[in-house]
Amino acid sequence: MPNSDAHIVRSYSGELQNISALVAKMGGLAETILTDAITALVKRDADLSTQAIQADKRVDSLDAEIEHQVVRMLALRQPMAVDLRSIISALKIAQSLERIADHAKNGAKRALVINQSPPMDATRGIVRLSDVAREMLRSVLDAYVNSDAEGAVKVRDRDEDLDVLYDGYFRECLTYMMEDNRNITAATHLLFIAKNIERIGDHCTNIAENVYYMQTGERLSTARPKGEDAMGLKAE
Amino acid sequence: MLDSETNSATIADPKVVCRDVSVSYSGKQALFDIDLDIGIHQVTSLIGPSGCGKSTFLRCMNRMNDVIDGCVVTGSISVDGVEILDDEIDAVQLRRRVGMVFQKPNPFPKSIYDNIAYGPRIHGLVRGKDELDEVVQTSLERAGLWEEVKDRLLQPGTGLSGGQQQRLCIARAIAVRPDVILMDEPCSALDPIATARVEELIDELKRSYSIVIVTHSMQQAARVSQRTAFFHLGIVVEVGETEQIFTNPRDERTQGYITGRYG
Ligand SMILES: Nc1ncnc2c1ncn2[C@@H]1O[C@H](COP(=O)(O)OP(=O)(O)O)[C@@H](O)[C@H]1O
Ligand SMILES: [Mg+2]
Repeated sequence: MPNSDAHIVRSYSGELQNISALVAKMGGLAETILTDAITALVKRDADLSTQAIQADKRVDSLDAEIEHQVVRMLALRQPMAVDLRSIISALKIAQSLERIADHAKNGAKRALVINQSPPMDATRGIVRLSDVAREMLRSVLDAYVNSDAEGAVKVRDRDEDLDVLYDGYFRECLTYMMEDNRNITAATHLLFIAKNIERIGDHCTNIAENVYYMQTGERLSTARPKGEDAMGLKAE
Repeated sequence: MLDSETNSATIADPKVVCRDVSVSYSGKQALFDIDLDIGIHQVTSLIGPSGCGKSTFLRCMNRMNDVIDGCVVTGSISVDGVEILDDEIDAVQLRRRVGMVFQKPNPFPKSIYDNIAYGPRIHGLVRGKDELDEVVQTSLERAGLWEEVKDRLLQPGTGLSGGQQQRLCIARAIAVRPDVILMDEPCSALDPIATARVEELIDELKRSYSIVIVTHSMQQAARVSQRTAFFHLGIVVEVGETEQIFTNPRDERTQGYITGRYG
């Protein structure tokens, strides 16, 4: 929990810890939804898909709860310095997690549709992609819970790998479609899932930047040497 | 005495330059080698726990410590490049240029008009009744009090509400056309609305004056000032842009104090 100890007013520390715990819980849920969505796709398990879709509602309500707590603390505590940074970061991280869970839920929905068609080799590529995304998500949540700015930097740097994998997978899907036009429906759904996973990586990057800011008070984008940007787009 | 990691005590266009300022009361040292610049046309806030020396420092800048028995001030303070700790400096003249507003509003037991007119009269800043009337009106206008008191200028200043009295004291301070206004917890006896009025006034006044404010309210320091200095045990631990101090303080002690972890 980021620096929430030792306030003179102890209930203040308690509230900060509570917000961190809610964010961590939300992150764990998002991770489970992602895992379940991909397992549902691979194992062709409709029940698991449905379960993942359902679980997204809990993520949404946690997001609402965090927003409520943040607004309340801003009004009642007028937080400063590291407290202000962690409260604002919690709000932004919760938003990213909400998006992540949404993307994962989308995958679970598409898994239901894809699994109406015969199994396809192309699902293996999805597993590779989602392994990287899940690893990023797990690491960035660890970085958040352990207030680990360096860990956050490493997560952000992994986003490049995911982008490369996605580009490769895009071409792979095109090949499947060209080989046999009966693959087009399923391959298109797979491509959307891949895009969802790629977006999850972007949100993990956002979370990493928030963890870094919360911890150091500095913006990561300026702390990173120019020209090293993976996308070649974000750099000014 | 500057720790360059956490301090930007020196600024480009200072109104007041304080170097190695130390103060002791009957041999007991209260301030230790303070270096601090006060910027022109901006608000500098001094924050820190009670007894850390904020008021003592404020009083150095208009030599109010002179009147305290056993108080010794050393070091250098210059206002517009003129050393004010020199013996030759006329403290009364200095206090016209460096005015002060206190925690508890302290209007003279006189009419509203005379509260304002007193300074300009004794400093000979006006010639004749018309000019004096004008100074009284503009001072009250600038203090945002004119509309509220223009019909009762001859009634006692002590009859006003606390917030009005404080604005009267600010009007009195600006009536003598000072360069610097020192405020020692000017809002601590005021309700939130009166406080907001004074803060708005401070914001307005900074265009013409250099203002130094001591406040116990972090939010107030954050709202009204452009620079903030954190005092602790008689030293300046950290000074910088207010936004930096309140979002990303460099020193653990500053962080502890402003987030309420100070033990
Ligand atoms: N008139 C005085 N006589 C003796 N000691 C004083 C006097 N004024 C302040 N002090 C001492 O100087 C230190 C700083 O006090 P002060 O400047 O009033 O702090 P602050 O305004 O930050 O609360 C304290 O230890 C206080 O006891
Ligand atoms: Mg004081």
